[in-house]
Amino acid sequence: MTETTRKTGVSRRTLLKSTAGLAGLAAGSGAITGFPYVKSAETKVLRYLGTAVNEGDDISKQCLKDTGIKIEYITATTDDVTKRVMTQPNSFDVLDTEYFSLKKIVPSGNILALDARKIKEFDNITPVFTKGETPGGKKIGGQGTAPWKVLYLEGKDSKKFATSATEFVTLIPTVYNADTLGIRPDLIKRPISSWAELLNPEFKGKASILNIPSIGIMDAAMVVEATGKYKYADKGNMTKEEIDLTMKVMTEAKKAGQFRAFWKDFNESVNLMASGETVIQSMWSPAVTKVRSMGIACTFQPLKEGYRSWASGFCVSKGVSGAKLEWAYEFVNWFLSGYAGAYLNRQGYYSAVLSTAKAHMEPYEWAYWMEGKAAEKDIKAPDGSLLEKAGTVRDGGSYEDRMGGVACWNAVMDENDYMVRKWNEFIAA
Amino acid sequence: MDTSEDILQQASPGLIPGAGTARAAKVTRLSPSFISWLQAGPMMLVFLAFFLIPLVFVVIVSFWDYNEYQLLPAFSGRGYTDTFEGCIAQLPDLCTIAKTYLKTLKLCFLVWVITLFIGFWVAYFLAFHVKSKTWQMGLSLLCTIPFWTSNVIRMIAWIPLLGRNGLVNSGLVKSGLINHPLEWLLFSEFSVVLALVHLFTFFMVVPIFNSMVRIDKSLIEAAYDAGATGFQTLVNVIIPLAKPGIVIGSIFVITIVMGDFITIGVMGGQQIAAAGKIIETRVNALQFPAAAANAVILLIITFLIITMMSRIVDIKKEL
Repeated sequence: MTETTRKTGVSRRTLLKSTAGLAGLAAGSGAITGFPYVKSAETKVLRYLGTAVNEGDDISKQCLKDTGIKIEYITATTDDVTKRVMTQPNSFDVLDTEYFSLKKIVPSGNILALDARKIKEFDNITPVFTKGETPGGKKIGGQGTAPWKVLYLEGKDSKKFATSATEFVTLIPTVYNADTLGIRPDLIKRPISSWAELLNPEFKGKASILNIPSIGIMDAAMVVEATGKYKYADKGNMTKEEIDLTMKVMTEAKKAGQFRAFWKDFNESVNLMASGETVIQSMWSPAVTKVRSMGIACTFQPLKEGYRSWASGFCVSKGVSGAKLEWAYEFVNWFLSGYAGAYLNRQGYYSAVLSTAKAHMEPYEWAYWMEGKAAEKDIKAPDGSLLEKAGTVRDGGSYEDRMGGVACWNAVMDENDYMVRKWNEFIAA
Repeated sequence: MDTSEDILQQASPGLIPGAGTARAAKVTRLSPSFISWLQAGPMMLVFLAFFLIPLVFVVIVSFWDYNEYQLLPAFSGRGYTDTFEGCIAQLPDLCTIAKTYLKTLKLCFLVWVITLFIGFWVAYFLAFHVKSKTWQMGLSLLCTIPFWTSNVIRMIAWIPLLGRNGLVNSGLVKSGLINHPLEWLLFSEFSVVLALVHLFTFFMVVPIFNSMVRIDKSLIEAAYDAGATGFQTLVNVIIPLAKPGIVIGSIFVITIVMGDFITIGVMGGQQIAAAGKIIETRVNALQFPAAAANAVILLIITFLIITMMSRIVDIKKEL
């Protein structure tokens, strides 16, 4: 009974929760901030706000061992992370968030840019972030909120993104990946090579996309462009007419019963695919891996139109200063020093500093995950469970091929407000 | 839900006079009306602090403006005009908000009818056919089983049952009743109603049962002696006397379903619009004033429904 009461309460009173209620909470937690450090100068604690992607227990344990910094994870969904930065900037120290949310977070003035000169490995960060090209020199598609467009600020307290490199970095890059459609090859039984297949009537009632508007609209745009109906100037920044057109195509497909369900959460996507409710859907790399580890065939299918990419990194709350800021730098430096990077690479993500991650991986692991070579030995997850048998090749191949094939990045559009309204209309259609 | 707390308090009046006499005996000099205020005080304060004041904030914020990252405290009807966008221009087609509310009301009505029917008979069975108090208690507790698992797990558990390759479909296909799996069993209005009924029948059972056990058994005997058939007794004696329970249960179910978006989302495959879902999407996009405006609209509509229901039965009088 309590559970249900709480649930409805949320839906109707989310607002008061996020404004008035949280104002109180923020004040409360603000009071707590300085507390442990007055009490004992030795316990180094950082409150780490982020999505579950980077928040491995192994990472925090290793960090404590290496640096003595105790990481307290605050886990939330992508949307909730942003909400929290806006409404309770004092409730966290280190923020791990995606580049596309910077368009909202930076103008709010609630975060502090980090100083690139204090990041040891900054010069070794992959050119994907700094130049928009792969280490091999392939140019990466820049539609949407590509990280190199929002990587630097003009000054320490500036709210403007700098067009050339400065020492004030919005987010120190940590992890990124190239996303595409996941398919069930055993049920589709033919090659899939285009985003357009998502709307192919052959898969009526067996397709799915994400119900997170800012990401879902990008997948929808990839599909629309692939069907040849329209070519966007910038998928990540549509005009109202382009949003209308995209949603019209998707609405028609929805009304025709193309979609089995939309998903919002990692586990939902795994369940839909594993149970065979869907055979083709937008998906995230570790979700594909999870389906496969259940013994069910699932491919993270490379498509000719390219990948939709995302990237995230670290910054700190504006309330962080003094010793705590130093710990934050220490932590970020540790994070880029290899252990965490290798950990992320082994999950199918990519680490921002490749050289240090490589040093922490076995050569056969590196060859499989990063070079697109057939696995020499069984490939294991960070927790030791079997992911792939020897002989398999990673879907999409090497780092160069996958990141070089990126067409667009997750984005917040100028017409975001209009897009959200249209998305609601799409769901109601 | 706050209405329901109010009602719950009213529904167990036995507690309050008892507490009152105990206190009155100690502090004899205080006037009775002061004591009543004192007793109602804590609840009133909780109400004020956690319901009324926040509600006022919601209404105020709903008339603010906003941009990508902050609230702009200047009067603006944008939250409302955006919400009703296209409602006139698109006629005769329905606009998003109208479609959403029609769908929500439809689901709400279906769930209400079904939970009322099932809840009434479960309560009837518990009140009149189960003689021992222990068994009544035990069986009522059984009704809470759906709440023993988390929402997420409960939702995921429906897939192996109702999914394309689920238990029901494979059973039906194997028995030869159907050739192809039934798609509408899951991610459809059917599955949404099923899940909501499964969850919320309990909220009907409890208040109706509560009303029924308080029906004086001699009234039923009198009806029997006067020659009423079982059906006549039900219609003329039991239903009228169980009315407060029915109305309270209905208010529970309707307020919960009107605001629900999690169950509707998961069971409807995120493809069915819900009033609460619009609010969630707006909040996630940091468009708080628009979300607040939608919350106010939802509140007004829910309030209207409840007012209509309490017109039918004067709960205070009946209790």
